[in-house]
Amino acid sequence: MKWIKEKLNFNLLVGLASLTLAALLPLLLQRTSGGKYNMIVLTYAMIWAVAACSLNLILGFTGQACLAHGALVGIGAYSMAIMVERVGINYWLAFPLTCLLTAFIGFLIGLPSFRTRGPYFAIVTLCFNVIVYATFENWTWLSGGLAGQSFEVPPVLASRTTKYYFVLAFLALTVVVVRQIIKSIVGASFLSILSNESLSEAVGISAFRNKLLSFTVSCFLAGMAGALFATVSGRVDYSITSFLHSFNILVYTLIGGVATIAGPVIGAVGLYYLLDRIKGFGEFRYVGFGVLLILIIIFFPRGLMGGINQLRDWVKEKRSTKVAPQGEVGS
Amino acid sequence: MSFFINQLIIGIQLGSQYMMMALGLTLIFGILDISHFAHGHIYMVGAYLLYTFSVLAGINYWVALPICMIILALIGVLVERLVYRPLRGSPSINTFIAAIGLLLAIETLVRGIKKDAVRVPVPVDRSVSVLGMSLEVQRIIVILGALLILLMLQWFIKRTRLGIAIEAMAQDREGASLVGINVNRISALTFAIASALAGVAAVLMAPLGAITPEMGNPLILKAFVIVVIGGLGSMKGAIFGGYILGVIEALGVAYISSTYKDVFAFALLIVILAFRPTGLFGERAA
Repeated sequence: MKWIKEKLNFNLLVGLASLTLAALLPLLLQRTSGGKYNMIVLTYAMIWAVAACSLNLILGFTGQACLAHGALVGIGAYSMAIMVERVGINYWLAFPLTCLLTAFIGFLIGLPSFRTRGPYFAIVTLCFNVIVYATFENWTWLSGGLAGQSFEVPPVLASRTTKYYFVLAFLALTVVVVRQIIKSIVGASFLSILSNESLSEAVGISAFRNKLLSFTVSCFLAGMAGALFATVSGRVDYSITSFLHSFNILVYTLIGGVATIAGPVIGAVGLYYLLDRIKGFGEFRYVGFGVLLILIIIFFPRGLMGGINQLRDWVKEKRSTKVAPQGEVGS
Repeated sequence: MSFFINQLIIGIQLGSQYMMMALGLTLIFGILDISHFAHGHIYMVGAYLLYTFSVLAGINYWVALPICMIILALIGVLVERLVYRPLRGSPSINTFIAAIGLLLAIETLVRGIKKDAVRVPVPVDRSVSVLGMSLEVQRIIVILGALLILLMLQWFIKRTRLGIAIEAMAQDREGASLVGINVNRISALTFAIASALAGVAAVLMAPLGAITPEMGNPLILKAFVIVVIGGLGSMKGAIFGGYILGVIEALGVAYISSTYKDVFAFALLIVILAFRPTGLFGERAA
């Protein structure tokens, strides 16, 4: 089991290295002409990375495809903006309240939805997303309609650079939280549901309760992504709750590598940035997006990081035949 | 009272459309265990095909109908071959995700080609008066056409060799292949039938509204809601569920509000799931 320890340290090292790199990036970007724009793009990309990590917890590690994350991010963004602007709660208090509120709404959504399984859970959550979208679209007193709800951030967070670091800090926090959950005993029950739901029921793990727990935590993080979105964009309109965002978050997670810690982050940041780069292609970008999704799910069902991990395990296995091959968890 | 009956007829007509879509979905689910989430987009492609043939090429509506059905059936076969067959045996959630990829690709491709909404003229532009109220002929055509298709499908599955093979595969895939039924051919056939059904629904419904690249989204969600409400893989459930949803939606729009048109279906789903998770006619848990 020694090599697992080494692998963990290696992963930690890579994580710290990429965090340092991300922290140093603004210094470089501020010097170039297009850098300021790129910094904003990267900030948004990191927000979607937080959302992708939250989806990964329920999809990757518990095996339940939720398609309501666009709505949950939207609820987070709106509750943040409304709490600060209309209710007049302090920004720093509204932030955790937003996460709790989104988690609570997620809990309520989860109660009926987890009566279904597999693709039907995905459809029920997608239905919720449509309901949320229709609600925000029609209740203009709540959402502000097309003009949306404007939002003033505290002066500390006004500049582009501080926003970047603020989001980066929360992304790092999210990654650490998800990792700790997965390594904990609760995470082990999540993974057992992913591998075999009936078997884990048989050994006394309540699938319903654990799924609900995983989903509530996931919604907490999605609400955080929403609060970050409101902070960075300074204005929220109802288009944020669209289920297209749910699809996008799903694609980021899958292409980066579902059920890996780094996958969703790499997928979200990489793809969001790439899509922004090739803006000139307009709508046709997403044709490629769809085809890519099909190819990935057929040929690399565990995405980029899954592919890399497989390669690494293969190399390890070749080098030392003493270590028994490690079974993959779930599929 | 006549207002109520009018709304009821509109509901039945909506339900006919939902029923045809849900039948296709439930066939594919019952036989192949695939959640074909891009089915609504196949419908959308059918509507655009009708636009291409009857408006751009000037072909007669009734000639365009079989052409659209055949092309859609071929597209269905292609989809099964290229997207779903490589995924056979993988977890059902992977198939569902592939369907989302397909849906994104189709929708954005169509939107990239033709962004604006288009319309197809109604083939029989007349209204008849029934019980003192006027009713568009096209609505009656939709209702009767759907019934005809339903009868033909029942006959096909119960009375022909291929249909019996389909039913055998729905009951037990391994057993069916043991007695010499070609699984690949039946899969392709199932997709062809389901897509042709979507084609009929699209061609009949298209003249009654605008054709947009997004039109498949609410439709597929409702069709799935019907499949879940009716019971997974149950044809009876799809038929009754389709009509029930259509009527509820039409009455909801008439008596409550049209802004929440798409919400009624989902509210119904949540209520039914809360009390009967296996659906109205199903034994399998959703």
